Amino acid sequence: MSAGQPPFDSPEISRLTPVLGPGHTYSSVTDKISAIVLTRPTSLGWYIGFLLAFSVFGVLNIAIGWLIMKGVGIWGINIPIGWGFAIVNFVWWIGIGHAGTLISAILFLLNQKWRTSINRFAEAMTLFAVACAGIFPLIHTGRPWYAFWMFPYPSVMGIWPQFRSPLIWDVFAVSTYGTVSLLFWFVGLIPDLATLRDRSTTKAKQIIYGMLAMGWRGSARHWHRYQSAYLLLAGLATPLVLSVHTVVSFDFSIAIVPGWHTTIFPPYFVAGAIYSGFAMVITIAIPLRKAYGLEDFITMRHLENMAKVMLATGLIVAYGYFFEFFMSLYSGNKFDVFLVHQRLHGPYAPFYYALILCNILIPQLLWFQKMRTNVVVLFLMSIVVNVGMWLERFVIIVISLTRDFMPSAWGRYSPTIWDWATFIGTMGMFVMLIFLFVRVLPAISIAEMRELVTETSEEHK
Amino acid sequence: MIARRSHIYGVIGEFEKPEQLVHAAVKIREAGYRYYESYTPFPVEGLPEAMGMRRNMVPLITLLGGLVGGLGGFGFQYWANVYSYPMNIAGRPLNSWPAFIPVTFELTILCAALSAVLGMLALNGLPQPHHPIFNAHRFTHASADRFFVCIQARDKKFQLADTARFLQGLSAHHVSEVHDD
Repeated sequence: MSAGQPPFDSPEISRLTPVLGPGHTYSSVTDKISAIVLTRPTSLGWYIGFLLAFSVFGVLNIAIGWLIMKGVGIWGINIPIGWGFAIVNFVWWIGIGHAGTLISAILFLLNQKWRTSINRFAEAMTLFAVACAGIFPLIHTGRPWYAFWMFPYPSVMGIWPQFRSPLIWDVFAVSTYGTVSLLFWFVGLIPDLATLRDRSTTKAKQIIYGMLAMGWRGSARHWHRYQSAYLLLAGLATPLVLSVHTVVSFDFSIAIVPGWHTTIFPPYFVAGAIYSGFAMVITIAIPLRKAYGLEDFITMRHLENMAKVMLATGLIVAYGYFFEFFMSLYSGNKFDVFLVHQRLHGPYAPFYYALILCNILIPQLLWFQKMRTNVVVLFLMSIVVNVGMWLERFVIIVISLTRDFMPSAWGRYSPTIWDWATFIGTMGMFVMLIFLFVRVLPAISIAEMRELVTETSEEHK
Repeated sequence: MIARRSHIYGVIGEFEKPEQLVHAAVKIREAGYRYYESYTPFPVEGLPEAMGMRRNMVPLITLLGGLVGGLGGFGFQYWANVYSYPMNIAGRPLNSWPAFIPVTFELTILCAALSAVLGMLALNGLPQPHHPIFNAHRFTHASADRFFVCIQARDKKFQLADTARFLQGLSAHHVSEVHDD
C-alpha cells in the first residue's frame, strides 16, 4: 500500500472526511465564528424564533405562578401517583444534559478531534437542560420556598437531611453536576471571550467581554496551567456524568416498587441519557449549521459520528429493556410478572408500544449510511428518539405506580393542562436560552478550532 | 499638566507560525534571557518545554481540593449521623457508610473541580484588569492569528536596541517596544 493511501475506501463519508472544511486559516476561523456574535446583523429569523420561545417561556412563568398560588393540586398527580409529570420531565431533561458532558469530557480524554466544533454548544445545552431539570423537583416539593431544607445547614430545627436517602443524593449529584458543567463551560470560554474583547468595536461590548475574559492575554505560562486545569476538569467530569444518572436511577431502584427495583437501572439509565442527549445535540446542530452557514465546521462527519453514538447507545437501551423484561419473568416474582403484563396489556400499553417503536425500531434505520448522512432523516430521527426517551420515563413512573402490590391501592394518572403548560414551558425556556447563547457567545470554540487548523494543516503536509 | 515619564516594559516581536515562535523561544533562552513571555491564540505544542517551563501546581491543588471534599463530605455525614443526631432505626448501625458514598463522591468531584479552576485562575493572577502587554501595538492579534514573544525590561541582559535587533535577527516581524502605562 502506497503512503498516504487510506487503508479502506468507503464511499462519501470515511475517517478521512475532514472535521474542518478545507482552506481555513487561524484568521478565517476567528473571523467566521466571532462574526456571528459581533458583526453580523441579527436576522429576522432570530427575532421570530426568540420571540416564539420567549412567549412559551411566559407560559412556564404563568404555570409556575399558578402552582405557587394553588399548590400541586392543579397537577394530575394523586395518591398513589405522587410523581407524575414533574419527575418524568426531570429525568428527561437531566438525561439530555449528559451528551454535552460526554462530548466535552469523555471525547476530549479519548482525543477525538471531531468533538471540537460541537463541544461548546453541547455544553451550553447541558447547562440549559440542567436548569430546566432543576425546576421540576423544586416545584414538585409543593413549597419551593423551603427547598433550602434539602441542604445541610445548621438550623434551629437541630436535624440534618437524611443522607441515606437517594433523594438527598440527587440534590448533591444534580447541584454538583450543574456547577461542574458551568465551570467547564466557562473555562473553555475564557480565551474566546478575550478574542471577542479584542475584536469588539463598541465600548459596551469591550467592557462586558473584557470583564468576562478577566484579563486573559494568552500567555504561555497561563496556557500551561489552563491546559492542566482543563484536562483535570475533563477527568473529573467523566465519572461525574456517569454518576449523575446512576444516582437518578437510584431514586427508583432503591425503592421496592415492581419495575423499579432492578440492578440494571444504573447502566441503562446512563445509556439512555446519552442516547437522548445525542439526539438533542443533533436536533440543535442541524438548524444551527444551516442558519449560520457553519457546514464547514459542523461537517457531515460530525453528524454521522453522532448518529453512530446514538445507534450504539440505543442498542444498549434496547438490551436494557430486554433484560428488564427477561429478569421480571425469570424471577418468577408475581408482582414483577404482573408488571410485564401491565406494560403489554394494561391501560398504558399504547405508551409502551410507542416507546419500543421510537427507541428501538425506528433508530435501526441508522445502520444505513444513506440514512445517517441524510440531514432531514437525521433531524426527524432525533425528534423521534427524544419522544421515545420521554415515553420511557413515563412508562417507568406511571405504570409502576398505578399498578403496585395491592389492587385497592391501584390508580390512574392523566396530566392536566398545567402539567402540559409546565412541560412545554420548559422547552420554551430551553430554546430561548439557546437563541440567546448563539447570539451573544461563540457557539463554537474559536481557540480549539485554531488548534484544529494547525493539526489538519500538518496532516496535509 | 506634567507628562508622566513612560517606562519601557519590554520589546515585543511577532511571528506568523507557531513553529517559528517555538524556535525563537529556544533561541531566546539560549541567548541567556530569563524574563520573557510568549502570547499565543491557542496553546502551542512544545512551547512550554522550549521556554523551560516545568510542571505546574494545578494538579496538586486539585488533588488537595478533592481530598478535602471527600474526607470532609464523609466526615460530616459520619458526625451528623453518629454524634449530632443519632437515630436508631431497627438497630441498624449509625455509621451506615455505604449509604454515605454517593454524597462523598459528589463532594469530592465538586471540591476538586472548584480547586482546579480557582487554583488555575489564582496562579495565573486572574482576574487582572490591565497588563502592560495590552499596550503593545497589534496585540489584539494575540487572541486571533499571530504569535508574540516579549522580552521584558527587567531582564539583566535587556538592552533596548540590542534586544530589538536580536528579535529581528530571529526573523520576528513588527518588533517594537512596549510601554509600561
